[in-house]
Amino acid sequence: MSIFQSLIKKEMLHLLRDFRTILVVLVMPVTLLLLFGFAISTEVNNVRIVAVVEQHTDETKEMLERFRNNPSFTFEGTVSPGEAERLLRKGEADAAIVFRTKNGRLSHQIVADASNTTMAQTATAYLESVANSNAAGVPIVSRTLYNPQLKSAYNFVPGIMGMIFILICAMMTSVSIVSEKETGTMDLLLVSPVRPGTIILGKLVPYFLLSCIILALMLTLGYTVLEIPLSASVIPVIGISLLYIVLALALGLLISTLASTQVAALLVSGVMFMLPVVLLSGMIFPVENMPRALQWFSCIIPARWYIEAVRVLMIQQLPASSVRAEILVLAGMTLVVLALAIKKFHAKR
Amino acid sequence: MNKETVLSVKDLTKRFGNFTAVDRITFQVMKGEIFGFLGANGAGKTTAMRMLCGLSYPTSGSGTVAGYDIVRQAEEIKRHIGYMSQRFSLYEGLTVWENLRLFATIYGMPARQIRERSDEVFGALGMKDMRNALVKDIPLGWKQRLAFTAATLHSPDIVFLDEPTGGVDPATRRKFWEMIYKASSEGMTVFVTTHYLDEAEYCNRISIMVDGQIKALDTPAGLKEEYHATTMDEVFRTVARNAKRPG
Repeated sequence: MSIFQSLIKKEMLHLLRDFRTILVVLVMPVTLLLLFGFAISTEVNNVRIVAVVEQHTDETKEMLERFRNNPSFTFEGTVSPGEAERLLRKGEADAAIVFRTKNGRLSHQIVADASNTTMAQTATAYLESVANSNAAGVPIVSRTLYNPQLKSAYNFVPGIMGMIFILICAMMTSVSIVSEKETGTMDLLLVSPVRPGTIILGKLVPYFLLSCIILALMLTLGYTVLEIPLSASVIPVIGISLLYIVLALALGLLISTLASTQVAALLVSGVMFMLPVVLLSGMIFPVENMPRALQWFSCIIPARWYIEAVRVLMIQQLPASSVRAEILVLAGMTLVVLALAIKKFHAKR
Repeated sequence: MNKETVLSVKDLTKRFGNFTAVDRITFQVMKGEIFGFLGANGAGKTTAMRMLCGLSYPTSGSGTVAGYDIVRQAEEIKRHIGYMSQRFSLYEGLTVWENLRLFATIYGMPARQIRERSDEVFGALGMKDMRNALVKDIPLGWKQRLAFTAATLHSPDIVFLDEPTGGVDPATRRKFWEMIYKASSEGMTVFVTTHYLDEAEYCNRISIMVDGQIKALDTPAGLKEEYHATTMDEVFRTVARNAKRPG
């Protein structure tokens, strides 16, 4: 057995024997994917609405019928203006729609409870579109491209992948390298004839393999359970994911050269990577809505580029050439981080 | 002394910024010798030893270990030394045998030789039953013996032991010194740092480091005579009396 093989084997044995780690590493991505894919959604369903009708006409009747039949709404009935206000205040209704007929023309007003902004915005837009759908004048036909059902899962799958790989690669590699520094086994390797490059690779390769398994798992789940349409985009998605994994591994290596305790490594990778990934990568909050300064800042977050590219490839199903910029940025980042990490690793002496 | 020199340093110095951790130390170690490297915590022992092992480069000065230059041939040195760290570091999640095989492989031993040598050692130590036990489950004393075995299985010219007996009981310490004597009698040079002064008596020669410099170097008997002391403890206190660094 060569030195390299025996180092890999050592790392694998450690990983496989640590049942809890394996559990966390494999169960966490699946749980997150299913949680975000099914349970947590930004789709708005079951909006409880009440209607205030000043004067019942055929038109209002037809309108109310439409709300009753729309699956997005739970129609709670027609109430008086005072009652509508009371219900909104008590939180028993999410929105009220008021119909007024003046000179034979129907006009309406939407009152929504905006204590939950997402809910209020979406509900208002829904109500608006339902109410306007037969209004006189120019009919507006809207179509949502790429994700006609506006499924949240489409949005979250790339985001979760961006987060998981940072978590597993950066956090686990840095912690495992730093733990060798803490227990002193790193010194044993460094005084041995093993080349530093071999030591580093021996650490990175097992986590790379682990990440590949997770990638396969997530894609399989995404394409089967979450029903993301399988298409020619799979190969580019895999390609860019592998690049991102290498970048995350390089980040882990860099952290491990900076931190001297496992706790520090955990904190650094948690605070420096997890939070920005969740908040600034566009995973949950669109980058375009951020203040200019934060938009600039988000450019240095690898996950931002990765998530954007995966969305383009996976959801829009565009060819790989359309994410050339993202690929170049990620590749550039990988080179810089890797160079820094290796320089730091050597500078130790 | 007409014995072969395995380690020789001259004016070896290591500075970290303005702080001189090791200040122009000069000494030789002979083949098969047990050389004790004494000093209070912070006196510079570990830094000096790390330079000798190629873990850190000297700021100035020169030296050879196992016949190779410590600045230019650090990689060659690594092939000819063994190293046991302060906390008997081994991979806790691997078994006794897996640890031994890993380190022997790293030092380039062929698989068959590893198996033969480890069988021999396990037999001699009475560790046969522990072969497949995880290192984290075995008692500290065994861990210490295993760490020493892992550091010496490839028969290095010289083995560096960094405070190899910290935290173990006297009986276990004595057993461990028997292992050291055995290795030394087979021609291996042993370079050992310690702050147990009674252990200093077991060494052939000892050096005492104070504030980065070697303040005394002789056989235990010679030192006692020189400092008119009856125990190594007295010798140490006399030598270290003027230490400026907090211990």
